Amino acid sequence: MNRRLNLLTVPAVLALAVSGCTSNSPSAGGDLTVTSTADKCAVSASSAPSGTLVFKVTNKGNEITEFYLLAQDGLRIVGEVENITPNLTRDLVVQAPAGQYFTSCKPGMVGSGIRSAFTVTDSGKKVEASGDDKKLVATATTLYAGYVKDQTDQLLTKTNQFAALYKAGKFDQARALYAPARLHWERIETVAESFGDLDPSMDAREADLEPGQVWTGWHKIEKDLWPPKTGYKPLTAAERTKLADKLVTDTKTLHTRTRTLTYTVDQIANGSKGLLDEVATGKVTGEEEAWSHTDLWDFQGNVDGARVGFDNLRPILSKKDPALETSIATKFTALQKVLDKHKVGDGFKLYTQLSKGEIKELSDAVNALSEPLSKLTAAVLK
Amino acid sequence: MSTSENAASEETQGTTGSGVTRRRMVGLAGAGAALGAAGFASGFATRAATAGEPAAKPYDFFGEHQSGIVTPAQDRLHFAAFDVTTSDRQELVTLLRAWSLAAERMMQGLSASDEETSYDAPPADTGEAQGLPASSLTITIGFGPTLFRDASGKDRFGIADKTPKALRTLPHFPGDKLDVHRSGGDLCVQACADDPQVAVHAIRNLARIGFGTVSLRWSQLGFGRTSSTSKSQETPRNLFGFKDGTANVKAEDTAVLKEHVWVGDGDDAGARWLAGGSYLVARRINMHIETWDRTSLREQERDIGRDRSQGAPLSGGTEFSQPDFALKGRGGEPVINARSHVRLAHPSANNGVQMLRRGYNFTDGSDQLGRIDAGLFFIAFVRNPDTHFIPMQNQLAKNDLLMEYLQHTGSALFAVPPGASRGSYVGAGLFS
Repeated sequence: MNRRLNLLTVPAVLALAVSGCTSNSPSAGGDLTVTSTADKCAVSASSAPSGTLVFKVTNKGNEITEFYLLAQDGLRIVGEVENITPNLTRDLVVQAPAGQYFTSCKPGMVGSGIRSAFTVTDSGKKVEASGDDKKLVATATTLYAGYVKDQTDQLLTKTNQFAALYKAGKFDQARALYAPARLHWERIETVAESFGDLDPSMDAREADLEPGQVWTGWHKIEKDLWPPKTGYKPLTAAERTKLADKLVTDTKTLHTRTRTLTYTVDQIANGSKGLLDEVATGKVTGEEEAWSHTDLWDFQGNVDGARVGFDNLRPILSKKDPALETSIATKFTALQKVLDKHKVGDGFKLYTQLSKGEIKELSDAVNALSEPLSKLTAAVLK
Repeated sequence: MSTSENAASEETQGTTGSGVTRRRMVGLAGAGAALGAAGFASGFATRAATAGEPAAKPYDFFGEHQSGIVTPAQDRLHFAAFDVTTSDRQELVTLLRAWSLAAERMMQGLSASDEETSYDAPPADTGEAQGLPASSLTITIGFGPTLFRDASGKDRFGIADKTPKALRTLPHFPGDKLDVHRSGGDLCVQACADDPQVAVHAIRNLARIGFGTVSLRWSQLGFGRTSSTSKSQETPRNLFGFKDGTANVKAEDTAVLKEHVWVGDGDDAGARWLAGGSYLVARRINMHIETWDRTSLREQERDIGRDRSQGAPLSGGTEFSQPDFALKGRGGEPVINARSHVRLAHPSANNGVQMLRRGYNFTDGSDQLGRIDAGLFFIAFVRNPDTHFIPMQNQLAKNDLLMEYLQHTGSALFAVPPGASRGSYVGAGLFS
């Protein structure tokens, strides 16, 4: 719903090979400044020692501009920063080994840009060039796409079973399958939610409804299966059938759409972070499953999804920031340990069976992981 | 209404110029006590401040409009909503008279009451603001829908036929998680000051005056204004770290105030008493501070639609540049996201309506999960909530990217009568 991360609407950098970090925060000394105007691209120096280079690009022109660092062939993009609107300053951070390069501003975002030669001298540091990780990126994104497909397969199967049981009035069995089926949704929640039409019809909570919006999806069925003690009118058989059929149809649509989805590393990394945000704002507070109290299943699903995203990015991260990799991995393990305390058979305790201290412990573990995990995107793009 | 704009400005809002500070009162009070408390608080009310003290510039409670609307937003807030516990109309009127008198005094930096106090009685003023200057205190009083009719529709004080037509309980908006203990109320009092102690003193004394007639339903402390209501003010920042209120309606925009903030003479034939007043929308908006702080600057700026350091729209320029929502960047995508806060809250996305916002940051400690219980206490003054708030809030609740980090936990709507004339009281027009 509205409160959740829309993975696919985050303006993604195109791919790792052409990415640059942008930041408004001042970085350490030695930054290069670039002033882009309609007809000039003034760089404060024409050379720099190899290593991390920071170009602070200010647009003093009247049109949107872009800034590139190009390799010696003038074609390969080492780093770029786009959409620098008039008067704003954006940073480009790149790893540059010694060699010959070109800087280029592109006022109006057209043409081949205003270029100057730029030399990176050997600082003695070993520098891995930005954009040399294509294979790792391809592997990570392929694996993640496969994972999403697999989860939607399982989601579809279990949703079909669940819907059939609910329609047939086999409520005990339906209740037993509710959380296990949703687990697959929760594992890929940030992807599923990226479809603005499907998420509200499949996963809306009663409080999130817009005026005039018809309530459908998992949580409406949840309320019907775990009705409030007073003031609730059970749905009719016809209403149940309609509701269940709609959920199945929506799930099929989701299934179809995810067959062809592709991902970028920043989407995977942001998705991992987003899943943990979901835990922090909805699951650890018991707001998600207001009637069934099966929040810990969802919690586990979100953690699983975040972990898979992280695991797929690990080979990239271990090259770029091994300390961060260790930190995130350690905290995933710690969080799982806390979650495992509440396992009952294949499932979990109900949220209402948790003490305040236990909820706080879960929340603390989520926070401990979320903090380093929030740095994952910037690290894999570095 | 023709002179309302001028009356609204700080320059002409009227100051008594007495410059009396509570500091001055302390010494005199001491002397009074030594004399058996005779004349406590009455003998020095009009005395000028002693030389050397900075001349406080108190605002006048009386005037065409109530204070605390276009008054340059102060740094601190204590907002309170009350339930009226009496069913006696006269008691209610007496209370409003007493509140008006006390408010007028406190805004001048005086004690809440000029009553003589026996040494054997509790002091009429609670005393914690003694020695403090007026601190730009303003007090704004409003009437909630439940003052007119109770839940069963009963006319409580013989004023139901004068209920403003737009004064209703605000609807449920998507994502609302309202706490009944932070919502609604028959009366509200907004006390703003540059010193939290002065604002709290004001609410405390008004609540005390009201015991037996009203009971405090809920209240909210705020620090750090999140909007500017005057062009003389710097734009402050909200707890998301972004400048807030850049495009707010300002006291200097007299034509805009007339069109969008003050209720007009002909707006509501059944509630003529409200002309020159306004509607106050209060929303307690919790922020998911922790998840926001883990969000990339790229996404933060995308959600807001402005850059964080300068407050410039992402379409470029400086803080006060007009956002260009049509400007397209790479890939033909608008550089200001269509679901950014600035885009959805802009008059161009809301039939041209504007509102005067007067919100404050708040932090009420932390919750049981160790999360900071913080956010923005949103206050807006509008000419008509049906056109100037509800459609916008529906749109924001549905589409605003920021909603991922927000949870609305309190909600209330009040009709704010025009200012009272000297010798009268706030709401006199309703009860006459």
